[in-house]
Amino acid sequence: MEKMRISKEEVAHVAHLARLEFGAEEVEKFTTQLNDILLYMDKLGEVDTVGVEPVTHAIARKNAFRDDKVGVSLPPEVSLANAPGGRGGCFLVPKVIE
Amino acid sequence: MELYGLTIHELQDRLRAGETTSAEITASVFGRIDAVEKEVRSYITLMRETAMIEAQAADVKIRKGDIGILTGIPIALKDLLCTKGVLTTCGSRILQNFIPPYDATVVEKLREAGAVFTGKTNMDEFAMGSSTETSFFGVTRNPWDLERIPGGSSGGSAAAVAADECIASIGSDTGGSIRQPAALCGVVGMKPTYGRVSRFGLIAFASSLDQIGPFTKDVEDCAIMMNVLAGYDPKESTSVPEDVPDYRQFLNKGIGGWTVGIPKEYFIDGIDPEVEAAVRRAIRVVEEAGAKCIEISLPHTEYCLAVYYIVAPAEACSNLARYDGVKYGFRSEEGRDLMEMYKKTRAAGFGAEVKRRIMIGTYALSSGYYDAYYKKASQVRALIKRDFDEAFTRCDVILTPTTPTPAFKVGERTDDPMQMYLSDIFTISTNLAGVPGISVPCGFTTAGLPVGVQFLAGHFQEGRLIQFASAYEKQAHIEQRRPKL
Repeated sequence: MEKMRISKEEVAHVAHLARLEFGAEEVEKFTTQLNDILLYMDKLGEVDTVGVEPVTHAIARKNAFRDDKVGVSLPPEVSLANAPGGRGGCFLVPKVIE
Repeated sequence: MELYGLTIHELQDRLRAGETTSAEITASVFGRIDAVEKEVRSYITLMRETAMIEAQAADVKIRKGDIGILTGIPIALKDLLCTKGVLTTCGSRILQNFIPPYDATVVEKLREAGAVFTGKTNMDEFAMGSSTETSFFGVTRNPWDLERIPGGSSGGSAAAVAADECIASIGSDTGGSIRQPAALCGVVGMKPTYGRVSRFGLIAFASSLDQIGPFTKDVEDCAIMMNVLAGYDPKESTSVPEDVPDYRQFLNKGIGGWTVGIPKEYFIDGIDPEVEAAVRRAIRVVEEAGAKCIEISLPHTEYCLAVYYIVAPAEACSNLARYDGVKYGFRSEEGRDLMEMYKKTRAAGFGAEVKRRIMIGTYALSSGYYDAYYKKASQVRALIKRDFDEAFTRCDVILTPTTPTPAFKVGERTDDPMQMYLSDIFTISTNLAGVPGISVPCGFTTAGLPVGVQFLAGHFQEGRLIQFASAYEKQAHIEQRRPKL
């Protein structure tokens, strides 16, 4: 490959940030594909954007406030109904502290 | 013509006249599903039992003369709209068992309008794809040629309308996911202005680009569906409190004296010659209808794809952080501690395309790369939006091809992400600029595949699009072919 935008090590690091994990073969494949995609992004370097304000929403609304009133909420047992693990009205997760 | 082959407005005429019932229409649609679904595979979940109950309830109302906008009409929903008590998967293993405790706002609105829900349609996983091949639940086929893809990501919703497995359907469009499959399946599909339709209860992909819209068999049905979907929702703070007109008033009004912009950047090398010919014919049709076509320029068009594939993955990687095996959905049982559980759950729960986009987004937002990718893309996005603002000072609507090619074969582009991304090259700019767009059938290739033409207008000008599309449809006399299934 002529240019490398991202190395296998970086792919592994980004995977950790994204809470994903890949086998060796997948890292190889993703590195190649991400490189192709990132090289394509180089196109943006051609555009002069000095002084251009970034747009993150095409239709920008200012703060959308609502009245500070208590509305109807889901009961706890309904909120927990889809959880893979739950006990005593809480979400249950694997051990966090040794 | 069987009942399942009719439009919303044709069925409503018959319901009002007492010539048929919703129970008959719904049974006809499910009979059609039984006949063709094995081949087309538009649906992930069918809602047959509740549909029959809803149809009977609609018939009671109709007999009392209480007829709403969609009373008794069978409608399909893309499987990323939350439906209370009904499995909602987003095409993903990670949500394979998710049963929402509430309805999306559009689902509530459709229910209030009297719709009968046929089921939840197949889609690319998390709406990331252009072919409906990335679904965990299998590939949907194009009703016009079962070897080919229906487009995506709302491929199930488009195929269901084309194959008469529902009367109309709902999709979502982040970079073309309504308009592209509408074009490839030969139906009408509209992406409204960003903020026109509430996204509450829509499982998010890219929050600044996602918008919900309808698939229909003709433009009049599109106007009817928009009358139900559009409007401000206090539960969705990016929905816009603008007045919603009755979209039916824009039908059959003509377009004499309108100016139509033809962007030169949309007729490029690589566009299929038969697609180009069909769209050039559409240009002549709107001229015959009394509009004047002028060449315009959207100079930043060639950068849209690069901007989109930074902005959409960046938003997606944060939206998809919520799938952690804790609150809902799939959890891997292999992890020994919390971090391992997260990683194993997400590694096994997401498919390859979703992971690819999470990786691009995470990389583009990570320390040291943010300015080069996300900030730069957001600046170029400002220029793309400015292109449209300037274009609409010169013309009333813009006319382009919806897609560069007709439907491609299943498997043809799955190993080449860049090639797949190029299928959305004419639809992506619309989402970046937030403007509304509609794809309308404009003919067939010699192999019998449908081709779509896209019309775009300024923010909140859906009425103008319906007026234009309605005039085009009337003038074009597109052959009334149906897929042979």
